[in-house]
Amino acid sequence: MATVDVDLPHVKDEDPHHHGPAKGIGRWLFTTNHKDIGSMYLIFSLCMFMIGGIMALIIRAELFQPGLQLVEPNFFNQMTTMHGLIMVFGAVMPAFVGLANWMIPMQIGAPDMALPRMNNWSFWILPFAFLILLSSLFMPGGAPNFGWTFYAPLSTTYAPESVTFFIFGVHIMGASSIMGAINIIATILNMRAPGMTLMKMPLFVWTWLITAFLLIAVMPVLAGVVTMMLMDIHFGTSFFNAAGGGDPVLFQHVFWFFGHPEVYIMILPAFGIISEIIPTFARKRLFGYSSMVYAVASIALLSFVVWAHHMFTVGMPLVGEVFFMFATMLIAVPTGVKVFNWIATMFRGSMTFETPMLFALAFVVLFTIGGFSGLMLAIAPADFQYHDTYFVVAHFHYVLVPGAIFSIMAATYYWLPKWTGHQLNETMGKFHFWLSFVGVNITFFPMHFVGLAGMPRRIPDYALQFADFNSMASVGAFIFGFSQLVFIYNIIQNVRVGEKATAQVWEGANGLEWTIPSPAPYHTFSTPPKVD
Amino acid sequence: MSKALLLALSLIAGPAWADWQLNMNEGVTALSREIFDLHMLIFWICVAIGVVVFGVMFYSIFKHRKSKGAVADHWHENTTVEVIWTVVPFVILIGMAVPATATLIDMYDTSEADVDIQITGYQWKWRYQYLDEDIDFFSNLSTPRDEIVNASAKNPNYLLEVDNPLVIPANKKVRFLITANDVIHSWWVPHFAVKKDAIPGFINESWVNVEEPGVYRGQCTELCGKDHGFMPVVVEVKSEADYAKWVADQKAMKLAMAGEASKEFSMDDLIAKGEGVYNTACAGCHQPNGQGIPGAFPAITGSAIATGAIDAHIDIIVNGKAGTAMQAFKEQLSAVDIAAVVTYQRNALGNSVGDMVQPSAIQK
Repeated sequence: MATVDVDLPHVKDEDPHHHGPAKGIGRWLFTTNHKDIGSMYLIFSLCMFMIGGIMALIIRAELFQPGLQLVEPNFFNQMTTMHGLIMVFGAVMPAFVGLANWMIPMQIGAPDMALPRMNNWSFWILPFAFLILLSSLFMPGGAPNFGWTFYAPLSTTYAPESVTFFIFGVHIMGASSIMGAINIIATILNMRAPGMTLMKMPLFVWTWLITAFLLIAVMPVLAGVVTMMLMDIHFGTSFFNAAGGGDPVLFQHVFWFFGHPEVYIMILPAFGIISEIIPTFARKRLFGYSSMVYAVASIALLSFVVWAHHMFTVGMPLVGEVFFMFATMLIAVPTGVKVFNWIATMFRGSMTFETPMLFALAFVVLFTIGGFSGLMLAIAPADFQYHDTYFVVAHFHYVLVPGAIFSIMAATYYWLPKWTGHQLNETMGKFHFWLSFVGVNITFFPMHFVGLAGMPRRIPDYALQFADFNSMASVGAFIFGFSQLVFIYNIIQNVRVGEKATAQVWEGANGLEWTIPSPAPYHTFSTPPKVD
Repeated sequence: MSKALLLALSLIAGPAWADWQLNMNEGVTALSREIFDLHMLIFWICVAIGVVVFGVMFYSIFKHRKSKGAVADHWHENTTVEVIWTVVPFVILIGMAVPATATLIDMYDTSEADVDIQITGYQWKWRYQYLDEDIDFFSNLSTPRDEIVNASAKNPNYLLEVDNPLVIPANKKVRFLITANDVIHSWWVPHFAVKKDAIPGFINESWVNVEEPGVYRGQCTELCGKDHGFMPVVVEVKSEADYAKWVADQKAMKLAMAGEASKEFSMDDLIAKGEGVYNTACAGCHQPNGQGIPGAFPAITGSAIATGAIDAHIDIIVNGKAGTAMQAFKEQLSAVDIAAVVTYQRNALGNSVGDMVQPSAIQK
């Protein structure tokens, strides 16, 4: 293991206490500061969350009643596609990278990320990727309309012309993610404070280290699959075109080889966040630290051998079905261990329920519900009934919205006082929590029912027996959507005003980030702390 | 009250739909019930685990809170407990995997079928070909456009009705050979627990053996483009005698259709007939008013093909255009239908070429 390198010449001659941020727009364009870049990632992700959210509300408004009311089916398909792409690649992933940028150096006692200039680059290509993607909405033929999973040949031979821009956008996002991941690995492996061994790292750092390896492993696979599409569309190859001897199912295998680790990329950092927050507010050390680390590592490893559970109905051979069913069910074991550990941490603790804790507790309950439906989906014979219905939509929204997104909100409220130097307004935080909690459940719980009753996903109009639960889900979606304005209000207010926060912020908080003042100075840990 | 009554009635009526339906359909085959039981088994296991896990969690939330004076303990690991809650779930999973695998093996046994039917997905309709009989037809959504755009009241089978349902005999093992012509579709009938992707270049197999005659409805479940939500599956299960009669009727109808093709039609007859064909076969992409969707589907109104040489116009409808969404309609439409729709497109939707074509001139 490399030791912490404090003798970099360009760091040595700088006195951190007299060196603040540059002035004006240049600060943001040219910054190499992990806190600035973290903030930009977080703000970018919040903007994308709003844009993707508006698309979700267009979808739910159309589905409020049977019949076509607001949008044409082709535009509806563009909305489902763009909503998925923007939420996955624009909201959830950049939010976790933003949190990593802010917190990992502060949690391991490093002065900054290991590769600060690349850090700037990996953020700044991201807005262009999404400008390209969003601009496709205004192109002839419209934006991508083939679902965020873009199955060929719908996304190749039968795609609108904007698919080429989509491919270009995905390439840029992939490059950004890979660079971000390299940076995080380099930082964690090389820049930990003396004495911070791997098994002393905070769990958020651990989960991000493992996530970064997943990113490096699978983002190139995504790049490969979109490049094969590009070749099919423009250069006459037939990777996925049956008429030319190609194989449409190959697309799905390659896509999900990326796609399944990708869903863990969106949940492992969440596990880390929850593992930070619950001990703080239970005032008790995390139960089973090492089993948490091993559980995350085994989930990550298993994520490479379960991809075809997304494809139980494509006509795989029996032995393939059985293998992927067993492998998928296995994931329940380490995931269960994590949930049990969180609950054991709370057990005989001394709990208080500030806003971050409320989001964390909701995460544990609602993510577990999403895990249960995931276990049901793993049962291959039953999956023939669940596959591509709203049951699946309910499942993955339960793990992504009250899962990943609640964890991001929990993290925001948890670390916001450290970033801004202002204590949280608990009343407003709780108001946001309860609106979101109620909204999310009214939106997504009824989707289990319509899915089981037989409603396929990705349809702009539906049979009459699905009407009641669909209007309920739409009402919930608007509650959830508009309650995010409270979230934005809370963040802006906290940046502007608030009671002065202490360095400790939360009574039960532990870790290096709580040893530095709030707000965290522009440069922290220029001299590495000593960890016992 | 009326809702409760409706619910009670629909429960008695069996496969009839119920509002506020919460659970999966049990279905009408031995296999669908087996899958339903598996679904309920795993559901109750999840409920039991949930009760224990959330029970402990909420117990702590209520008991071990600082406001009640709780002081935190200091323990933070216990190898015995950790081994137990790793091993116990593993054992439960094995208990679920065994029946699931058995059911899967049954589902994959497509041998010794009595009837073989090839199902082909098209954008956005299904084609059914009976391999042992000379029966081959397309099945299109029959819900009127007015109901979809809310111009008239929706009927109870809204979006779940077709012009030509698939007809199969009861108490026979029917094997489906499922493929697609353009993009990937997926053929699903919830009451049969049969869902299989229809993939161009692949032939997937599935089977069903329905005990009771009845009408069962499903939908395409793989996003297949613009009208993915508008390609339902309707299966009519008939008793053996009724099925035999239906097969005979289909064959008689086919002979009658062949006779039609040699008749002469007036231009007005062709235009009138063509309008119906256009709305079923063409309007999905080219739009009911013939304007198309810019960038996606070309307009018929004023198009070079629909107002140019009639042979080229007939050719693109008969043979389609490779590499685009324009299908070859030679197998979907009869000669009469093609003659009618060509004549209609040339003399309606804002076009007025003034010529016409007779069915006898259509070379398929």
